[in-house]
Amino acid sequence: MEHDEKRSLVHSYADGELDAANIRLVEHHLQSCDECRAAEQTIRSLRTALTNSAPAFRAPASLRKKIRADLRRETSAESARQAPRSWLTFALGSACALLLLLGFIFSQSYRGTSRNAIADEVVANHVRSLLATHLVDVPSSDQHTVKPWFDGKVDFAPEVHDFATRGFSLLGGRLDYLDGKTVVALVYRRHQHPINLFISPAPGRSNSTPEAMARRGYNLIHWRQGEMSYWAVSDLNAAELRQFASYVAASE
Amino acid sequence: MIRFGQPSRQAEFESAILPHLDAAYSLARFLLRNDQDAEDVVQDASLRAFRFFDSFRGQNSRAWFLRIVRNTAFTALKRNRGHEEDVLFDEELHTPENPAPGLTSRLDQVHDRDTVRAAIDQLPPEFREVITLRELEECSYKEIADIAAVPVGTVMSRLARARAQLAEILSRTYMKEE
Repeated sequence: MEHDEKRSLVHSYADGELDAANIRLVEHHLQSCDECRAAEQTIRSLRTALTNSAPAFRAPASLRKKIRADLRRETSAESARQAPRSWLTFALGSACALLLLLGFIFSQSYRGTSRNAIADEVVANHVRSLLATHLVDVPSSDQHTVKPWFDGKVDFAPEVHDFATRGFSLLGGRLDYLDGKTVVALVYRRHQHPINLFISPAPGRSNSTPEAMARRGYNLIHWRQGEMSYWAVSDLNAAELRQFASYVAASE
Repeated sequence: MIRFGQPSRQAEFESAILPHLDAAYSLARFLLRNDQDAEDVVQDASLRAFRFFDSFRGQNSRAWFLRIVRNTAFTALKRNRGHEEDVLFDEELHTPENPAPGLTSRLDQVHDRDTVRAAIDQLPPEFREVITLRELEECSYKEIADIAAVPVGTVMSRLARARAQLAEILSRTYMKEE
């Protein structure tokens, strides 16, 4: 083994990241190489300095309180309103609530059908992309190649990330058509399962929690985040697709 | 769609994620280098994590949460500073030479928290990140790769350069004081 190679292993050695065979190799090399021994000593001294000085920060108690309050607000936003105090507010409240409820039911059923129609379209797009051997227009696992390719083709800039280290490799991107709009389709693969991720702007729409559904043997996940709408579709199992969605969501 | 069982979801989130709040704040604080921005980022990231908590499936909750915090922090860094040099830095630059003589003995004298914090603050963000995750939070290379969304090889080379730079900065500081 070359000296340079061992030198990079010195850090892995000091970090306890090596297997037994490599530990032996490095230890053997350290006996004969002054430079690597000095490098190892520097790593250990630096660690001692960091341990002695304990520079890590602690979250202020006020932050914890603020977060808890956020979570409560987020949770109660979906639950019932406070009980009204007098009969008048009760009556007014009931009338408003009834109107709200009707509106809610109406918008839900309306949104439900339109979302169902889009879900069918998402699956159709996914199937077509696999059949027509037209999976990608820009075949590249490099996010810095895929992202600029969309410049000038769509009027928004999608975030493109490769999750190959976590088992979802980027195959490329293409333009597709969904819900009457040109959308970005990013294609990933998990083992042998292709995943299509459709991204389109959803101006003025609030974030939504991911919603999973299944259509014709395909799994789908839909969510909105940062005024963008996301649809992930694949024949992959629902749990892994959810994992994929969480990576995408976390990277936005 | 009305969801039932929300209170238990909140309890579940608090027990899985809030234990990592110190780690999250420390990472954000080193990345942003100021208290208020770090608080805002962690608050924002926590709410985001809560909304996507359904997609968290009991893997490594610390790495999962830190990834969200890290991404939120880098977005804030870019927004706050436009395209300042230290956001998009060249990892090849400023790679120190072999350790200077006497460096380890000077490092062994380092005890002062503020000095060390100030030294870390002088590193580029990707180096601050890798030092915080490895040396302070004791994350594995694999966890760091997951959090920063880079290959393990990149983690290793960043860590080697970050350590060399930090050792150099600390040693210079202590040389002046001697």
